[in-house]
Amino acid sequence: MTPQTGTDDGAVSRRRLFGLAGAGAALAGAGVAAGIGIDRLGGENTAQAAVTTVDFHGAHQAGIVTPTQQNLHFAALNVTTKDRAKLVKLLRTWTEAARRMTAGQEVVANGAIGGGAEAPPGDTGEALDLPASSLTLTVGFGPSLFDDRFGLAAKRPEQLIDLPLFPKDKLDPARGGGDLCVQACANDPQVAVHAVRNLVRLGFGVTEVRWSQLGFGRSSSTSRTQTTPRNLFGFKDGTNNIKAEDTDVLREQVWADAADGQPWMAGGTYLVARRIRMHIETWDRERLTGQEEIIGRKKGDGAALGQAAEFDPVDLHVGGKDGKPLIPEDSHIRLASHETLNGARILRRGYNFVDGSDGVGHLEAGLFFLAFNRDSRRQFVPMQQALSTKDAMMEYIQHTGSAHFAIPPGVSEKGYWGEGLFG
Amino acid sequence: MRNTRRFPLAVLGAGVLVALTACGGKEDTAGAAGPIRVEATDTACTVSANKAGAGNLTFEVTNKGTKVTEFYLYAEGDRIMGEVENIAPGLNRKLIVEVADAGKYQAACKPGMTGNGIRTDFTVTGGAPKQGDTNALKAQATKSYADYVANNAAALEEGTTKFVNAVKAGKVDEAKTAYASTRVFYERIEPVAEKFGDLDPAIDAREADVEEGKQFTGFHRLEKDLWKSGLQPDSGAIADKLLTDVKDLIGKTKGLQLTALDLANGAKELLDEVATKKISGEEETFSHTDLWDFQANVDGSKAAINALRPILQQNDAALLATLDKEFGNVQKQLDEQRSGDGFRSYTELAKDKVKQFASAVDALSEPLSKVAEVVSR
Repeated sequence: MTPQTGTDDGAVSRRRLFGLAGAGAALAGAGVAAGIGIDRLGGENTAQAAVTTVDFHGAHQAGIVTPTQQNLHFAALNVTTKDRAKLVKLLRTWTEAARRMTAGQEVVANGAIGGGAEAPPGDTGEALDLPASSLTLTVGFGPSLFDDRFGLAAKRPEQLIDLPLFPKDKLDPARGGGDLCVQACANDPQVAVHAVRNLVRLGFGVTEVRWSQLGFGRSSSTSRTQTTPRNLFGFKDGTNNIKAEDTDVLREQVWADAADGQPWMAGGTYLVARRIRMHIETWDRERLTGQEEIIGRKKGDGAALGQAAEFDPVDLHVGGKDGKPLIPEDSHIRLASHETLNGARILRRGYNFVDGSDGVGHLEAGLFFLAFNRDSRRQFVPMQQALSTKDAMMEYIQHTGSAHFAIPPGVSEKGYWGEGLFG
Repeated sequence: MRNTRRFPLAVLGAGVLVALTACGGKEDTAGAAGPIRVEATDTACTVSANKAGAGNLTFEVTNKGTKVTEFYLYAEGDRIMGEVENIAPGLNRKLIVEVADAGKYQAACKPGMTGNGIRTDFTVTGGAPKQGDTNALKAQATKSYADYVANNAAALEEGTTKFVNAVKAGKVDEAKTAYASTRVFYERIEPVAEKFGDLDPAIDAREADVEEGKQFTGFHRLEKDLWKSGLQPDSGAIADKLLTDVKDLIGKTKGLQLTALDLANGAKELLDEVATKKISGEEETFSHTDLWDFQANVDGSKAAINALRPILQQNDAALLATLDKEFGNVQKQLDEQRSGDGFRSYTELAKDKVKQFASAVDALSEPLSKVAEVVSR
């Protein structure tokens, strides 16, 4: 694929409209097209930097194993109508809008300036000069969508539980739950915000925003082509994440199967979103070795304690002076390790955030945790149970928002989001 | 409650007093000359070298036997320098161990993970000469702080006994009065109390922290009964358990041997507690006596700094002056909130007052976080 050129005016990319289209050479790689890169990682990975368009269609939704983009805008929505047909119509409209925006086009043809002068523009316009920026849009359905409003109760996957309250949770109802979610990831924050804003706009009368979260820097990598980024504690995060290349692990730990109970979810997955406030001020006063013992890794290269390099396998059985384990019993990576959790793993795709200040002189900073797994009951929940009760890091963090969504499988060229559920 | 690993206290009786110099290790591979290979079988432990220069030593252990094995590096007196457990047959595992001091060591494989192991002498050369363990100022500091802990522990036991008796007699007002003034003694020495993993949550867990399936016990359970739900049929039993747990804890603190570095880290952690739990009013959800705890945390932190005062005076007098000034500022603000024998309710604090407190605590916590390094010089 090359950058979308289309045949009618409406399919011309936003950049081409402004004479900026790049000639990028096609890249190898599933479902990925190339153009001019604006990726800030350009210096370290030219292949990744050149990627600007991620294919919207496929067996799985994009935005899960897609190499994690730099920016996030996540929105959870309530459905305000009880009319199932209206909801289905919106999902079709959203799908078409997503096809266009992920290809770098305006949300509708002749959007921002090509419509009538007396009509409000069809596209809000703030992404006009910007390339697709690897935009992905991923939609999910929350547990509350499966109540009696739309006749979906029988189709609720048993995996889509109402998440339990974990010890030390301080959940703000205004930052959790939702009937639907839209995850927009892009290498330009404005592109991600534009996409969510325009989907929200299309939804008025059917949906309304319940809460939304911006993330400004990826805190996980989902492909071996990416370096491991750092979270706001200054540590590499997600070294042992499930990566796009781990197809067997993805099949086992991430992608739902028809045999899991709900055939419409085959190829889908389950998303856990947790807004985690980080008390960065007290963290910053912790001595280096203390920080490293809390995480279980070296701050510099990210090597697990007792190992020499970042990707050396973690060895939980190595002891130091007096035989005490080098990776302490209450360290984060030990408690979250699949070795400790009977093989359970999750695919993390979180983002750093700073939402202004907390009103008492501190930054309201943290990590917006996004994780995909095949069965949250067996993967995320036991992991969080262990972390919330034993993790030394709990002194420095507080979970303030929580949501759970079923992420339906990918969309075919003619299909729409949730077709298997509503069709 | 909080986790404890960051306040590592050596338990006396375990015999080994951790020397402060052991905590200041630097990355140093100068003495290492590539990995030392260890071939472990059910009957042999072949080490590819029998000596190495001081520094980071890397052992690569291959289990060629049929039993699960372990590998150890021992210093004299069988002190473990490093170990790797659970090496299954056929596996290759790595142990990187920092050996700063020259001396005689032993490498050991333990096929079947039992017994003394198959030992090989291993010599380390070069490195820094061993430092003397005792530093008069540090010894004086830890002694002085140990006295502080002992005094508060005794007062805690006395106060808890009165509080528990009032609860059991159904004297709600009396129990309420005793509640905050008793907790002061706990909050002052909290980093020490937290050393005992199971006891701290049993005594001090907030309701929101209680693990699913575990009973909500301790001070905060009784706080809820007294201020919110009224005394319950099991309040007396909870009170008895609290006293037992407190006595148990006090018994254990008597065996503790603290280092000067422990004092420094404890002083900092007490202010972290203030910053994340007390300033937000999360500690005392029902009684709103958070300011009592706030004062107690500050007291405990100041006591540790006072114990370290001669060392700080010697190593960084300017830092000490800053600490004194910032402690003074926090105290002045706390004094403004005094009421009767104690403090105003947290709920009476205006938002801008909370912000002032937070700001003063930040101004103190920042220099406080530098104390450990200054002490370890």
